[in-house]
Amino acid sequence: MRAFGFLAIFLSAVVAVGAQPAAADTWEETVTKARGQTVFWNAWAGDERINAYIAWAGAQVKNRYGVAVKHVKLSDTAEAVSRVVAEKAAGRTSGGSVDLIWINGENFAAMKRNKLLFGPWTSNAPNYRFVDTIGKKTTTIDFTIPVDGLEAPWGMAQFVFMYDSKSLPTPPTSIKGLLNWAKQNKGRFTYPQPPNFLGTTFLKQALIELVADPAVLQKEVDPKQFAAVTAPLWRFLDALHPAMWRSGKVFPQNGPAQHRLLDDGEVDIALSFQPAEASSLIARGALPDTVRTFVLAGGTVGNTSFVAIPFNAKARDGAMVLADFLMSPEAQARKQNPEFWGSGTVLAIDKLPVTEQNRFGNLKLGIATLPPERLGDTLLEPHTSWVTALEEDWAKRYAAGK
Amino acid sequence: MSIADIAAKGATIFRLRKSALRAVPPVTLLLFLGPVAAGLIGTLLPAFGYLPVLGGETLSLAPWRQLLAAPGLAESVRLSFVGGLATTAVALAVVILFCAGWHGTRGFARVQRLLSPLLSVPHVTVAFGLAFVLAPSGWILRLVSPWATGLARPPDLIIVHDPAGLTLIAGLAIKEIPFLFLMTLAAIGQVDAARTRTMARTLGYGPVAAWLKAVFPQVYPQIRLPVFAVLAYAVSVVDVAIVLAPTTPPPLAVQLVRWFNDPDLAMRFVASAGAILQLAIVVAAMALWWLGERALICGGRMWIRTGWRWRRDLWVRRTAALALVGGFAVAFFSLLSMALWSVAGRWRFPEALPDGLNLATWVGNADRLTAAGWNTLSVGIVASIVALVFAVGCLENEARFGHRATNRALLLLYLPLLVPQVAFLFGAQVMLIVLNIDGSWLAVAWSHLVFVLPYVFLSLADPYRSWDDRYARTALCLGAGPWRVLRCIKLPMLLRPVLVAVAVGFAVSVSLYLPTLFAGAGRFDTLTTEAVSLAASGNRRIIGAYALMQMLLPFLAFTLAAAVPAWMFRHRRGLRVTL
Repeated sequence: MRAFGFLAIFLSAVVAVGAQPAAADTWEETVTKARGQTVFWNAWAGDERINAYIAWAGAQVKNRYGVAVKHVKLSDTAEAVSRVVAEKAAGRTSGGSVDLIWINGENFAAMKRNKLLFGPWTSNAPNYRFVDTIGKKTTTIDFTIPVDGLEAPWGMAQFVFMYDSKSLPTPPTSIKGLLNWAKQNKGRFTYPQPPNFLGTTFLKQALIELVADPAVLQKEVDPKQFAAVTAPLWRFLDALHPAMWRSGKVFPQNGPAQHRLLDDGEVDIALSFQPAEASSLIARGALPDTVRTFVLAGGTVGNTSFVAIPFNAKARDGAMVLADFLMSPEAQARKQNPEFWGSGTVLAIDKLPVTEQNRFGNLKLGIATLPPERLGDTLLEPHTSWVTALEEDWAKRYAAGK
Repeated sequence: MSIADIAAKGATIFRLRKSALRAVPPVTLLLFLGPVAAGLIGTLLPAFGYLPVLGGETLSLAPWRQLLAAPGLAESVRLSFVGGLATTAVALAVVILFCAGWHGTRGFARVQRLLSPLLSVPHVTVAFGLAFVLAPSGWILRLVSPWATGLARPPDLIIVHDPAGLTLIAGLAIKEIPFLFLMTLAAIGQVDAARTRTMARTLGYGPVAAWLKAVFPQVYPQIRLPVFAVLAYAVSVVDVAIVLAPTTPPPLAVQLVRWFNDPDLAMRFVASAGAILQLAIVVAAMALWWLGERALICGGRMWIRTGWRWRRDLWVRRTAALALVGGFAVAFFSLLSMALWSVAGRWRFPEALPDGLNLATWVGNADRLTAAGWNTLSVGIVASIVALVFAVGCLENEARFGHRATNRALLLLYLPLLVPQVAFLFGAQVMLIVLNIDGSWLAVAWSHLVFVLPYVFLSLADPYRSWDDRYARTALCLGAGPWRVLRCIKLPMLLRPVLVAVAVGFAVSVSLYLPTLFAGAGRFDTLTTEAVSLAASGNRRIIGAYALMQMLLPFLAFTLAAAVPAWMFRHRRGLRVTL
């Protein structure tokens, strides 16, 4: 009983605090305050190249601004969100343990909804003016949710398929074509298990192609219509799974696990969110040099990923300085370079000074990367509510045992 | 100052020190049972809907209704329950039959020497290697392809992550066999097994029957607590399950960690209810095991009374030897494969070996490996040394004041090993956040202490208690105080078991995954948390590098524990290591 009382006391002592208004500091003041801070950057860490890039960015910011960066390695971004939630629950409204999160989609939506983000602040960052907010609409609208300056754009992603041209000379060009091919080549295709974002994106991609009216996907899920709207997707998956790798009973857990399957020749196709990833992996000796990239004729899903600062971040200024550096032409060009990462830039190249433009112009595409004109249309992500709904139904159907 | 003053002062100091010593057992219990108790309460209340900050103001059964409606829950529970029981049964059967068949032979002594390297390696390290060795694209098939199998591409077989959980059971059993074997060896030493067996043999019983009928009934009560610890561990394991268990759905404990990390706050209630369910499953598995024990006792008695001599037992002996030695071989092969991957160049199926060796993985990840290695090292050393201080304090208290730990007290010591970690770590994390030390080095070291202390105590207790007290009495008669006796005679003479206990504690600390994850708030990377977070990626090179570090650190600890006393006692024949 005493313990119960104790718990009740400390739990009820907690005060809920919403997102705070933007700091009125000038950028110079921010940079000054940032010196000496340590930024705990929570970022998905399942990929060695990305980790190396993050380490590089940290070293640069340390040298130039005296801001130390510690990469908190996540296997799922939701972990960081839940930590901020736990801190808010425990009443920690300042001095929080998460300073910067690599984020987008439903995690951003959840944090914005629960007022767990600091800001708006991105327009204060000097490099934000180079961001292509007109040509790349997803830099201001994240999965149909307005960004409102709460997160800084970091990279462009478009859904592509990698394939081994040695064992698969002509890849399919549509979701239905993929099914036919899989049926003729049993065990040669798989996708990462949702809720891994690549797996979920595969579901969304298939749904967009199969649904009668794609416009409904841009609105919030209507529970009454969900079954009817998604019926073609489940029919497709019911047909696809028996023809998949391990008969659809085992799934790779993320993108890199799929790369290994492709490298070992266990499958012929792997999914990716970075058009240059295949080239990058070939350069690193992680994939055979016969691997190429393809997209679907009707276009593929694309989005932007961001970095955001929680409302209670301890090193808020340091986090802003780091985020600004990540948007700089130098950092963006390195990010787009397939030797290091190969992720598309969020910047509008024509807005940049000519010297900075050259950084991008000199980049080689890489052996397996499609040139921009062959990447096809970018389809908009469905409303974030579809993610949870699809993932839940998927789990009920395919991850609940026999 | 008069002589009386000096005497009075001396007496006060002695009383102070005496009371300090007397305080050690309660402080120990508080330090390491406190988090468990607070954690359990902190999990139990949200399980019934009480967590005011998240809007849960009244007790309700809603979390349970939601939990029971979760897709795949029944299958998750089945996997945990059956997998845990099967692991324990398989590991125990192999160990007991091997001991029964081979105790007292030269091969038995040789196998003992293989134990410690395997024991000291974290479970998950073996699991990493196993996942590669057994996979359809793995080493075994690479070695025989394509020349024997005709395979140029890996076959589409379900082995790792198989829906029945067989690979998980195999992976856990391979690692539990050495542990139970060690425990059985210690028990054998206490019951005069050799003479009992010889007696039964002279009555005409075959070796296995002689051991099972005459020795096993004396040995089993001694290893019962470790067996239950294995059972509790196997039912609620997370890290090994992430590497080897099915994912559609995963075992309950893995699912719980996901729910605790869900951005949707309401899932905390469901996860808490699930954690209590996990506790119930462990209790149920123990109850079933207990029933099995009763049945075995009845059946065993009847079997003994039949007087069946069972002389043609060679096949049992061979099967047990094959299982045990085979398990050891697979484990070593797995560890070797991880070491090889860490320096491998291109290595695609079906090549038997990599096309070259290089240090690119080590160089490219040097910073992270060093940081994680340093964290692992510092927490491990401090946790095991603090545990040693408490263990020596408790044992010395017992030796001086004669309070022998009862079985019930021993059960308390085992508590953190019997209660599933996930059932109290969430609550403990809330406690750490309130204390404002979550994610700190201190919090992680404290959480490790909870799991390190039982092992250090158990490892040290027997040698400490069996130390010949006449040395102490002689020294006391010569005028030395009790502290001087401890410092100058007892501890030096017990140096070897003391260092082994520290090494055991260190190895336990290296292997801890879930406590590091929760207490470290995900910000404190050790070799184990880093390696497990990379496990899903299947990047065998980098996992191999972490795995090799996980092997090396405990190995170094045990090497030091053997080398230091050997060097210190090189001039003292009576204290030399006899092998």
